[in-house]
Amino acid sequence: MSTLTDPEVISLREITKAFPGVVANDRISLDIVSGQVHCLLGENGAGKSTLISILAGLQQPDSGSISINGVEAAITSPRASVDYGIGVVHQHSTLVPAFTVLENLMLGESGVMQEKKRAKERLDELSELLGAELDPQALASDLGLGQQQQVEIAKAIWKGSRLLILDEPTSMLTPQAIEHLSESVERVKAQGLAVVFITHKLREAYSMGDCVTVLRSGRNVGHISVEELASFDEHEAQESILRAMFGEDINSVGDDAAELAGATEAVRETRSIDLSSRPVRLELDAVSSRGLGRDVDVDGISVKVHEGEILGIAGIDGHGQGALAEVVAGQRPASAGSLRFDGEDVTKLGVRGRQHLGVRYVTDDRLHEGTVGSMSVALNLVIKRIGERPFWRFGQIQRKVVDAEALRLIGEYGIRTPSPATRAGTLSGGNIQKILLARELTDGARLVVVNKPTYGLDLKTVHLVREILIEFAANGGSVILLSSDLDELVELSHRIEIMSGGKIVGSVVNDKPGTAEKVGHFMTGAIEGAQ
Amino acid sequence: MSDLLSAAFVTVFIASVIAQAMPLVLASVGETIGEQAGVLNLGIEGVMLIGAYSGFIVTLTTGNFWLGMLAGAVGGIVANLAMLVLNVWLGLNQIVIGLAITLVGEGITSVLYLQNNAKSVTSLGTAPELSVPFLSDIPVIGPAIFEQSAIFWIALVLVVIAGLFLAKTNWGLSTRSAGQKPSSLDAAGGSVIQIRSIAVILGGAFVGLGGAYLAAITTSTFTPFITNGLGFIAIVITMLSRGRILVVVITSFVYGFAVAIGPALQVLGYNVPADVIRMIPFIVVILTLIIFARSSVVPPALGTPYSRGAR
Amino acid sequence: MKSAENDKAKNLLDGLVRSILPVILALLVAGLIMLAMGSNPIDFFSGVWTYGVTGSNLQRSLVLSAPLILVAVGLIVAFRGQLWNLGYNGQYLLGAVVASGAGPYLFASMPAWLATIVIILGALLVGAVWSLVPAILKARYGTNEIITSLVMSFIGVGIANLLIKGPLKDPNTPQPQTEVIADSYLLPYIPGTVIHIGLIIAIVIAIVAQFIFSRTSFGLRLDIFGASPKAARHVGINSTWMVILLFAVSSALIALAGAIDVLGQYSYQRANWDPHYGDAVMPFVFLARLSPLAAIPLVVFYAILATGGTLAAQQAGLNADFLLVIVGLILIFMTITEYVGDRRKLGQSYLPPGLKTTVVRLFQGGTGRKSS
Repeated sequence: MSTLTDPEVISLREITKAFPGVVANDRISLDIVSGQVHCLLGENGAGKSTLISILAGLQQPDSGSISINGVEAAITSPRASVDYGIGVVHQHSTLVPAFTVLENLMLGESGVMQEKKRAKERLDELSELLGAELDPQALASDLGLGQQQQVEIAKAIWKGSRLLILDEPTSMLTPQAIEHLSESVERVKAQGLAVVFITHKLREAYSMGDCVTVLRSGRNVGHISVEELASFDEHEAQESILRAMFGEDINSVGDDAAELAGATEAVRETRSIDLSSRPVRLELDAVSSRGLGRDVDVDGISVKVHEGEILGIAGIDGHGQGALAEVVAGQRPASAGSLRFDGEDVTKLGVRGRQHLGVRYVTDDRLHEGTVGSMSVALNLVIKRIGERPFWRFGQIQRKVVDAEALRLIGEYGIRTPSPATRAGTLSGGNIQKILLARELTDGARLVVVNKPTYGLDLKTVHLVREILIEFAANGGSVILLSSDLDELVELSHRIEIMSGGKIVGSVVNDKPGTAEKVGHFMTGAIEGAQ
Repeated sequence: MSDLLSAAFVTVFIASVIAQAMPLVLASVGETIGEQAGVLNLGIEGVMLIGAYSGFIVTLTTGNFWLGMLAGAVGGIVANLAMLVLNVWLGLNQIVIGLAITLVGEGITSVLYLQNNAKSVTSLGTAPELSVPFLSDIPVIGPAIFEQSAIFWIALVLVVIAGLFLAKTNWGLSTRSAGQKPSSLDAAGGSVIQIRSIAVILGGAFVGLGGAYLAAITTSTFTPFITNGLGFIAIVITMLSRGRILVVVITSFVYGFAVAIGPALQVLGYNVPADVIRMIPFIVVILTLIIFARSSVVPPALGTPYSRGAR
Repeated sequence: MKSAENDKAKNLLDGLVRSILPVILALLVAGLIMLAMGSNPIDFFSGVWTYGVTGSNLQRSLVLSAPLILVAVGLIVAFRGQLWNLGYNGQYLLGAVVASGAGPYLFASMPAWLATIVIILGALLVGAVWSLVPAILKARYGTNEIITSLVMSFIGVGIANLLIKGPLKDPNTPQPQTEVIADSYLLPYIPGTVIHIGLIIAIVIAIVAQFIFSRTSFGLRLDIFGASPKAARHVGINSTWMVILLFAVSSALIALAGAIDVLGQYSYQRANWDPHYGDAVMPFVFLARLSPLAAIPLVVFYAILATGGTLAAQQAGLNADFLLVIVGLILIFMTITEYVGDRRKLGQSYLPPGLKTTVVRLFQGGTGRKSS
């Protein structure tokens, strides 16, 4: 129907939005056309999320306008956005975990009574459209991530949307689930809806998009139109997108640009090592833990990490990775099994004991666990050595010694802070991550557990963090890398273990192409097996 | 022992259980509505007292129990306005505001009572009763259950309606999402502030009604600090019931049973000190908390003010 | 350097304003309420001055300050660790009952100084033990301590009353109360005054607490724990032990307040007596931003208000429970000042970040459903 009429155009003109200290959107203009997939590409912090928030009615632009077919549209609230037919699938799930699929879909409906029958009919329609099977009575929390996303898409187009926005929809998905997603997107597009597809991976933009817009530092720095994209070959498209993404930085990042931007299939960058000749640094033997509440716990895990090895642990978020990291760091006691570090049984040691042996942990919760935001950068840098000499004597802090150590680490790791006395919470995410790395890797580190080390960082810092880890391993350190980013795992790890439901469900040696698919296969298999 | 089996005794006992349980049912339902929307009201003790005093004073001056109950509900709403403005609208600390409401409620009702009503012992008498035809003729249970004040039936109907609304309407769905994950409600085009405001007002009405019931029906009078921790028991019942109104009602009746058993034992000749009777529900509560420590659930967003963008 | 000094002075001034402003506003509104109830607020406030400060009344106020300071320090210990110990009424009465119950026997059987020490240690121990249930539930299962400590408080109050009406009752009086401890056994006065040395004990404890909080590595660990229990676990602080320790110290100090109050002032305990000190002290602890030393002047202010206010309220045709209204109003105005202050980035917060954003979860474990 709508495909037969003239295509609709949603026009953003000169959208500007500033937050204290940063201009998130700087005079961004772009057109979104029905029946097309418009890819928005850019690194973390490029302003993609802000732009989406504005379209979703969650934020109001400082200036600029949005019009639909030339008629001004005032998107003053999420309700208004929904009424204009804009549906958003946010990067972070907006499903209520304790609600059923149907309840989640009905949320926000007007009318007094819940109309379950009508809702079920609509769900059937959409399931058919998306090519998904959705059980209306299943709890959202019991769904796999791929299915959750299908529910989110159904929710976004529940009221017959005109525009579907997908914010980083692939970041948590297995390669197989990504394929399924792109099929669904094609079907939605065929219905005449406009689709905005946000990603920071170049190859996805190229393969899924009809046209591409690149954002950098809040600005629209490049647009490749439908015609251009169709006429370019893959290499040409890549070149032009990369140039837009990196601008002048392209020289400093050099050859890694394409890889950082996810242009190509990831390949390993770490030097290969002969594991059989290397001593085992850490050995987990059938380790289980009984954690707090209903977290997914570690269940009978046996792994070995060698000297100089980066061991990747793949898995979808919330499948026990956090618990595993804590068990290794000593934050969570093992209820069964044993841990041996350099041949010594450390099962009974706590955080401090293992710390002294050289076991370190860079947590993924940088703001609330890794640092105390209200305390100074200097204190945060020595926070794991409280009460120890030379920083403390007789229970009294030695401020000069602490400041000297802080200045050393600030210099060595390039932490950008006004002074060591600055409160850590005021620094950017990248600098906070540098604080964690500096603190954990100094003073005799021999094994470091890193949990999602580059999550949410800008490309330059991502690059830096990976370099630091590679160098640490090259100098004989051992790394356990937990990540939900398959590309990252493939680039850094020597071996990858796949974790699901607190167990290791598979293991892949990362020495030839195709690792990502194998890992994805184990992940999907484990999930389907579990259901 | 024959006393135990006497019909009259059992009748009085059942009626007493109902009388003790109803204020708690109403207060817990009020607290449940608030908690489901994500607002923990620690001020419930003060809200109940204000409801109780309003209900008492209006019944006393007008002689009309219905007006008294209405006044109790209005008093509860007024008391909850502090929570509405300071917490729901301005996002200030729920615990501090809750404690403040409790203190002000306790202080103001005590002062007002001693200023106006302390000179003579005041009993409100009994509320007009409603005999349910036929059912009230059932021996023993009939007079205990079906010869209650009409207010009892209306209160019960209100509780059932509240339960149905929470479970079956879109409003109920929105309310629960405001307690579970307010950002979802916001993204779906609902208004978290509006939903929570309604919940706080409705909750205040129910809690105030519970206080008025306690004063006007259960005890037929008002004394300072008459609730004596009942509000806190309501909070625990609410948390253990996980938003299910039926469970709220059942646990409240268990409490009513625990309270009514004391005087009953005294009638039977067992002398149980009043302090022990007063402690029983709290001991039951702490044992319940110890036993079910792992299994109970409150809405994840409970206690957190909602502001867009802050996750 | 000059501007740094200016900043410091400005911060100090801001802090002072933020500590005092809520009190002034609360007193103003309380005055309006009195007017509405047909009482004369001027009478009330002048009465507070007359009965709370003039003549020897200031000494009476200072006597009241002794237990209040101890309760305040007790609350501060818990609040600094982000633990809401709301069980203070029960903890206080149980501590008091140790003194009033065991006192008559102990003083009869051993030297007074030894009996005093035994009583103080006993009260500390009882307070600490009484806190174990909420502390262990919190540490083991994450059960919300607000509810558990409150419920334990009601049980504690009940036990105190039962003891006084039962085994500890003085058979020589018809009233349910304990035997009176002879004056000669009570805590000695500070020379030249009628203030017992409990006040000195309380102030010394406040100073020690202040030192520990601000100068030692334990104080820093406590700050980390208070800011984020997750961060505390991360740096190797044993959070189970921390919760139990803080709860025990907090509760023990509040119980000590009870014992000191009996040994210093009351000499016996009546059943159903409950001064609710914790309720009264709570806002001042926040206004002092959880600093024991800063709490002292604020607590003394309240002691004057309470000492003078009890008589003054009667004179103004109210009753002593009107003080609860004033305290509640202070809490409300404190949050409002905080709100306005946050908006204008004034000074520091009353509440540590942890307490401020406490997500009230009865059972942490129950909320572990994955949300993404």
